[in-house]
Amino acid sequence: MADTIALAETYDCRKAFAEALQDLARQDGRIVAVCNDSVSSSNLKGFQQEFPDRLVNVGIAEQNMVGVGAGLANAGLIPFVCSASPFLTGRSMEQVKVDAAYNGYHMVLCGMSPGMAYGELGPTHHSIEDLAWMRAIHDLTVLVPADPFQTDAAVRWAAATDGPVFMRVGRFKVPAVSKEGEGFEVGRADELVSGDDVALIATGTLVSRAVEAAEILKGEGIAARVLNISSLAPIDTAAVIRAAKETKGIVTAEEGVPSGGLGGAVAEIVVQSHPAKMKILGVDEFAPTGDAAFLLNHFGLNAEGIAKAARELVA
Amino acid sequence: MSIAQAHPPETGPANFAFLNADELAAEAKVVRRNVLTTIQAAGIGHVGGDMSVTDILVTLFFGVMKLDPAHPDMVDRDRFILSKGHCAASLYSVLARRGFIEESALATFAKPLSALNGHPNRRKVPGVEANTGPLGHGLPIAVGTAIGAGIRGLDYRAFVVTGDGELQEGSNWEAAMYAGHRKLSNLTAIVDRNRLQQGARTADTNELSRLGDKFDAFGWEVREIDGHDYTQLLDALGRPGEGKPVFVLANTTKGRGVSFMEDRVEWHHKVPSDAEVVEALKELA
Ligand SMILES: Cc1ncc(C[n+]2csc(CCOP(=O)(O)OP(=O)(O)O)c2C)c(N)n1
Ligand SMILES: [Mg+2]
Repeated sequence: MADTIALAETYDCRKAFAEALQDLARQDGRIVAVCNDSVSSSNLKGFQQEFPDRLVNVGIAEQNMVGVGAGLANAGLIPFVCSASPFLTGRSMEQVKVDAAYNGYHMVLCGMSPGMAYGELGPTHHSIEDLAWMRAIHDLTVLVPADPFQTDAAVRWAAATDGPVFMRVGRFKVPAVSKEGEGFEVGRADELVSGDDVALIATGTLVSRAVEAAEILKGEGIAARVLNISSLAPIDTAAVIRAAKETKGIVTAEEGVPSGGLGGAVAEIVVQSHPAKMKILGVDEFAPTGDAAFLLNHFGLNAEGIAKAARELVA
Repeated sequence: MSIAQAHPPETGPANFAFLNADELAAEAKVVRRNVLTTIQAAGIGHVGGDMSVTDILVTLFFGVMKLDPAHPDMVDRDRFILSKGHCAASLYSVLARRGFIEESALATFAKPLSALNGHPNRRKVPGVEANTGPLGHGLPIAVGTAIGAGIRGLDYRAFVVTGDGELQEGSNWEAAMYAGHRKLSNLTAIVDRNRLQQGARTADTNELSRLGDKFDAFGWEVREIDGHDYTQLLDALGRPGEGKPVFVLANTTKGRGVSFMEDRVEWHHKVPSDAEVVEALKELA
């Protein structure tokens, strides 16, 4: 891949995920994949062909899938447990809490196609609660890579680092907001645009949209700072406090419920350190029918929606 | 098209002449054609499972269940839950033919702001009892409503259809065990045993062997049938259990009715091209 890429170009992060996982599996015999009749939706076809004995497809049984993953970790393997995010998180919540996190196993929970990526399949298949749910669990690192390069870096970090990890792996196509090889530091927010009027703190699919919002605001004489939170837990507390101190207010934007996820995390820090005005943008009701692009716009989770919230804060 | 009936009318069942086997076959052809054109227009759907479950749905809605489309909240209506909610297009097509929703609404399936979401939503579609989509939810809900009939002193039956791959979910077995324990004779669970799941054959994923014996061991009466034979369907679904819940092991073919879709895993959620729809409609003429 080229060092810089056209902004117009967009990527399904599952591809980078699958390539990184297969690459790691070639180097480390401990890497295994676990899934729930989701070989193709988790982009594991290539992994299955190359390592048929290291793919454990338990069938349509997510609680069992996470428990089996914990058992594989117990056996000294490094399981990547892959499933559509709503089922991995919602269905197996207690297995994630106890079997993965409380046990402290080195296992990687991969929430595929999160947010509203499944569009028309509706709220049962939307994973908008996952960030709030996963963030509530102690000892669980929660990563939301914003583009294919960050996805690659997140997979490699999680494979190399002991302990339980949850990561979103996006299906909705996004432009790149980082550069190949730039790496990924857990606990660090990336400042993509600098500015001291207002802070736009975004995660995942909303990061590129926050960058676009900053462009719009710049044209109106408003200097927006854009932070990419690809590490939601732990979160970069210092960067959030700086944003609260140095700007007139903070807009958070996430493809998730506006309670308990990124907005909640930022608010918890701000309210205890340096109270600041905030707007929390998210998916504020069970979505109506529609494809993912339509729904993001429907909920104002786009550049104009973010810019509008920012204008209200600086007014 | 929303239910929006704040006070459910406490009316009795409408007069509806149940169809016989031949009439059910004719009705199912229309439903299958509607499923195809609905999915074609939407550009998404789960055509394989829609086709395998159609005869079960048509038999229930046109030959067995006590329903009143004018009063979808009638208190003693028979309950139907499509646990394999990904086959919403077949349920919508049946609800349209039976008069719960307008047939013209099918063209809005999965379109922005349509009531007909990719998975059924009881808050928007009359005739839908439970919002399904994540597999393994329907049977516990059916057990609950079957128990509820007893508590309320109402005379209705509860029906639920699950996929076979779906039975890999543990929640089904918790519910199956409890239904057997409660001897819920007003409960009938039907498995659409098409031997395929999303990515492969059930036998190559997680085998589900001797399903009938499993339910028998949990205290159910087991009726194994050809899930495309209306005489057998009418017999197995028409009679409630005798002191036990009924498990109908319906052997089916995924993609049933369209030769090039039958028993092929890729048609789980592949969308037919316009040319393929033309071919398929010819076979269903
Ligand atoms: C809890 C959960 N896990 C995974 C899925 C994704 N999924 C949708 S359909 C399907 C296969 C279902 O197979 P089966 O139950 O045999 O249904 P059918 O063959 O009748 O389509 C899967 C895995 C889901 N909807 N819910
Ligand atoms: Mg099946």
